Amino acid sequence: MAETVLELEGINVFYGAIHALRDVSLCVNAGEVVTLIGANGAGKTTTLATICGLMRPKSGSVKYNGADIARAQTHELVAQGLVMAPEGRGIFPNLTVDENLRIGAYARRDKPAVAADLAHAYEIFPRLSERKRQKGGTLSGGEQQMLAIARALMSAPKLLLLDEPSLGLAPLIVQTIFATIDRINKQGVTILLVEQNANIALKHSHRAYVIEAGRVDIEGDSAQLRNDPRVKAAYLGEG
Amino acid sequence: MLLAQATPGSFDTLLQQLGNGIAMGSVYALIAVGYTMVYGVLQLINFAHGEVYMLGAYYSYWPARWLGYVPDAGEKPSVPLYIVGLLFVAAMSACALTGMLIERLAYRPLRKASRLAALITAIGVSLLLQNLAQMAFSADPRGYPQLVQQTSVQLGPIALANTKLIIIAVAAIMMTGLHLFVQHTRPGSAMRAVSFDMRTARLMGVNVNRTIAMTFAIGSIMAAVAGMLVAMDQPRLTPMMGLMAGLKAFVAAVLGGIGSIPGAALGGLLLGVLEALVGWQKPEYTEAVAFAVLIVVLLVKPTGLLGKTGREKV
Repeated sequence: MAETVLELEGINVFYGAIHALRDVSLCVNAGEVVTLIGANGAGKTTTLATICGLMRPKSGSVKYNGADIARAQTHELVAQGLVMAPEGRGIFPNLTVDENLRIGAYARRDKPAVAADLAHAYEIFPRLSERKRQKGGTLSGGEQQMLAIARALMSAPKLLLLDEPSLGLAPLIVQTIFATIDRINKQGVTILLVEQNANIALKHSHRAYVIEAGRVDIEGDSAQLRNDPRVKAAYLGEG
Repeated sequence: MLLAQATPGSFDTLLQQLGNGIAMGSVYALIAVGYTMVYGVLQLINFAHGEVYMLGAYYSYWPARWLGYVPDAGEKPSVPLYIVGLLFVAAMSACALTGMLIERLAYRPLRKASRLAALITAIGVSLLLQNLAQMAFSADPRGYPQLVQQTSVQLGPIALANTKLIIIAVAAIMMTGLHLFVQHTRPGSAMRAVSFDMRTARLMGVNVNRTIAMTFAIGSIMAAVAGMLVAMDQPRLTPMMGLMAGLKAFVAAVLGGIGSIPGAALGGLLLGVLEALVGWQKPEYTEAVAFAVLIVVLLVKPTGLLGKTGREKV
């Protein structure tokens, strides 16, 4: 059993009076791709925001590599390799592709390693290499998603949080993005993936949690969940 | 103050006025960057910024006095250049601390409150500082020691006070330095990232709180320099001197496009020159120029000359 990178235990998160997450517990082990699936508004994005310090849990614990991070600042976590590529991509529209990527490495000071990672990012995403000098805002949706992931990689993540990487993209592009996610994982990055597209998320992950109305409803191996009648009926459009 | 006296409305007076206008505009530009940078990162008009400019003048006045450089000391020998430099450093550091303190105590607790709450707080801080300054320094105007012996420099048909030339030169250097800092350094790129999108900047590992504090510090340093330069040119300090200067610099920032540093420079210079042109023909209307400009800009082009026309962040 690989060691646990991330562990959430019984976290409760509120937006004002709204109880957004109820006793959510989950864990991610080193080397895994774990996916969080569920309907719109179920609490998937809130879970990611809580992990990376953008929101605070009212109770429960969030542990990263064994240390409690429930009160840590986001920028400190980035420096420790816990990095999120946000939903809606968060590209800086007025900066070039190259500048966007360099900002991803903001927290790092080892220049040679950053330069190597930049070359590596362009190698993974040749499309971005072609558009180096273009402004981020002029890219297509798929290219922006690639840029968001590439930029997150520039922070040298150990645990990468991906929020809805398939959002608004054509099926063919989604395939490309997920093939890249597989590749990044094989290179040693642990991934926690939030997706509405349960079908593809279950194909490209080891384990999955189904969140519904702020609770973890079902959990298990992704291969098993794909055959689970409840999951099939509710999220895979079958049965 | 040394001003070549010529008949109002003549061509020579026009050139003369333009020279003065560029000097005044440089001061507006120095103050305006403080408004524009803070707006860039927080979407907040920091109305207390004019008071930081006022404090810049006083922060250099007191150590100068303590060192024995008293206003109107007659034929006292000129102040050594390194002392002037040290006074600048003192005023800049004290203003940087003041700016960061204002941010920490007044604005940070309101980071998640409505923008209106922060705006009203800013007006409150401005009034607070004006009154604190009156208590501390008294409301009486004070003279300012002649740190640089004022002389008149003949430039073709016009004569400008050397202190005005110093204003223009120092402002140009400071603005260029600021531009290079923001465009080409790591903290500068953090500032730009925060102003584009605070949440994403945080996810990139930018320490947002520290970047915002730094933005206030830099804006305040620019205002400190402006305050001291003006005091050297027009040696009359009052606790209320930040009010009009601050308002006009705010107009300059809006004219140039709030959020844009080159815009603040352009807006400042334009406003200074415009005031000078009006003053050339109708001196009694000079003080109204800034407000007329503000109204026209808000009606015709609220994003200003170099402002972003893109979507407003929510």
